Amino acid sequence: MTSVQIEIQLIACLVAMACAIPGTFLVLRKMAMISDAISHSILPGIVVGFFLTENLNSPWLILLAAVTGVITVILVEFIQKTGLVKEDTAIGLVFPALFSIGVILIAKNANDVHLDVDAVLLGELAFAPFDRLEISGVDVGPKSLWVIGSILLITLTLLITFFKELKLSTFDKGLATTLGFSPVIIHYGLMATASVTTVGAFDAVGAILVVALMIAPAAMAYLLTTDLKKMLVLSVLFGMISALIGYWVAHWLDASIAGSITTVLGVLFLMVYLFAPGKGLISVLYKQRRQQIEVHLLTFLLHLQNHEEESERHVNHLNEHINWGKVRSKSVLDLALKNNMISINNDIISLTAKGKTFTTEAIDYIITNKNAAIEEMKDRFFLFRG
Amino acid sequence: MTLSEYFSLVFNDYTLRTITLGTAVLGAICGMLGSFAVLRKQSLLGDAISHAALPGIALAFLITGAKNSNTLLIGALISGLIGTFWIRGIVKKTHLKSDTALGLILSLFFGFGMLLLTFIQKMPNANQAGLDKYLFGQAATLVESDVWLMCIVTGISLIVLLVFWKEFKLLLFDVDYTKSLGFNTRILDVLITSLIVLAIVIGLQTVGVVLMSAMLLAPAAAARQWTNSLGVMIFLAAIFGAFSGVLGTAVSASSNNLSTGPVIVLIAATFVIFSFIFSPGRGLLFREIRYWKNRNDLHLHKTLSFMYSIAKTHDDISHPHAVKILNNFQGYTKRSLKKLESREYITVNNAMWSLTQKGYNKVVNMYNQQENND
Repeated sequence: MTSVQIEIQLIACLVAMACAIPGTFLVLRKMAMISDAISHSILPGIVVGFFLTENLNSPWLILLAAVTGVITVILVEFIQKTGLVKEDTAIGLVFPALFSIGVILIAKNANDVHLDVDAVLLGELAFAPFDRLEISGVDVGPKSLWVIGSILLITLTLLITFFKELKLSTFDKGLATTLGFSPVIIHYGLMATASVTTVGAFDAVGAILVVALMIAPAAMAYLLTTDLKKMLVLSVLFGMISALIGYWVAHWLDASIAGSITTVLGVLFLMVYLFAPGKGLISVLYKQRRQQIEVHLLTFLLHLQNHEEESERHVNHLNEHINWGKVRSKSVLDLALKNNMISINNDIISLTAKGKTFTTEAIDYIITNKNAAIEEMKDRFFLFRG
Repeated sequence: MTLSEYFSLVFNDYTLRTITLGTAVLGAICGMLGSFAVLRKQSLLGDAISHAALPGIALAFLITGAKNSNTLLIGALISGLIGTFWIRGIVKKTHLKSDTALGLILSLFFGFGMLLLTFIQKMPNANQAGLDKYLFGQAATLVESDVWLMCIVTGISLIVLLVFWKEFKLLLFDVDYTKSLGFNTRILDVLITSLIVLAIVIGLQTVGVVLMSAMLLAPAAAARQWTNSLGVMIFLAAIFGAFSGVLGTAVSASSNNLSTGPVIVLIAATFVIFSFIFSPGRGLLFREIRYWKNRNDLHLHKTLSFMYSIAKTHDDISHPHAVKILNNFQGYTKRSLKKLESREYITVNNAMWSLTQKGYNKVVNMYNQQENND
């Protein structure tokens, strides 16, 4: 690895970390699309800032662009408050308009601006190390490393200082207000942080990757844990891992680093989406199927209890009377047998003592619905789940 | 070329006519279907779909190696549909909310698309030039077959809309009722979503991936302000869309260096701002005027009830009092006095006022529900 490669990876990791922290809160506060809006609408801010400062890494430009981000949020909220359109429409109206202004500004001044819309959307991480920061003649590293590093430091400081307030206002706005914290200040603080991070990161990785790095790691972490601290740590980790893998994929394919980091994020998300324990697609489908069979079992047992006569309790009767398919009736029958709920003599099914108790309790539960104890009841009676 | 030159050329010049027709039809279909997106609170779905279409375009190019816009559009359509249904899968099967799902699909698909695009760009001797136009749109690349395609898609969507008009309307405003009537909401939902995806995909070439969502939303959001009827709204949205398409093309054709997409979006945004402010029913301006009138009415009522509190101490309610004694009261101005007089609640005579019977009744019934506002 050359020092340039190490620097690129370092920048990518720092960007991933800096994005993951506000991203987690945006996802939890159901404001993920705001990050998309901000990442687009800072463009006019950047262009105007560039006209004024002539320098893409000037702190003034970052500040101006961040202000544009906050203005976007304020505009969106203003339109929402008028009640003329729904919240999501407000977002969808504001950012394309601002972005268009930015694109037109660039196009109109194409000769004096070394800004390229493609670069805005994609960034060029590969060139980041060549823009060096020199302090009194000494080379101290790439500029964007310093920019994103200081943003990360500020974000971390804010996070640690206001962790309690952030947590409270994210999960219980009402309580936060009664306790005297101002959710409004925290809200705009978070928005400002997200804007600054977007601006700082976008130079290196482009607007779209900023969105991906904010939302995807947080979404993955959200599928894996319900603890805020763990979620923060996990999303930072996911961001860094995909930044590193993404870099090497891009190196191998000779393609855009930002695009490849996003793709790695996408693949990782697909994995988590499918396989996350408890909340992933497969586990959800499995749970739904189990629940379905268990409900069928209960229906079946109730049927048995209601019918003393043998003709109603014949094995084949299941198909006819309750109108289940063969496979389903077999799996229900197997489950009941395994759990000692029924016994079968000459194809005649009868409830065992255990089956009777379970059915009675289940009826009680269904009629009174006093306690949400059906799962606890299942644990008590079932040896095997559906 | 200036704007006036443009308009004189539209009817003669083949290219200009094609482009103008194309953007007009595109604006119309986007406005039409966008109305559904806006009313179903799926506004940002358009944004996600248009971004999600990018990898489809790139993949179609990689597989076929051809730059035929129809092949690329089919790729876009497929990947847009995959994105849409993945979003639904995420929202339905996990506890991630719809905004997260939208943002995820949008950024992940787009990033993947950009990866493919940069990969294509670095391929030797590939005629990749022109794929960029799908980012910001370039109406100048429209040819007659594209316009025909747009017209066909518009025709199909119009027919579908007319055939399922009643069902769509029900689905928009009361999903549960639709279900209980026995309509298959799932199929209807898939149908309308697919139409929206289709509209987005055919617009990509003209407006571009990034700004397509505004093309869908802005005409509908503007039309919403002028009416409360679905049919009228869709019609208006189509008109607004077509106008922003034509005007946008005109402006961008008459100056150098301007992509069509941003200009169309800005013009559509102007329509929205105008509608937000000046629509008579919901607009901000008339709303403020209404509030202002209400406030004035309240002041009048306050003055009137103060007069009543003085007048009721006398046997004759029309006993004249000096205007001066009103000076202590805040709500009173010369104008409000005149207004009260014009409504015949009081009569004013030489700096003396007296309550009329009508004014007296008004105050007595002021806080009764039965009293009609005048």
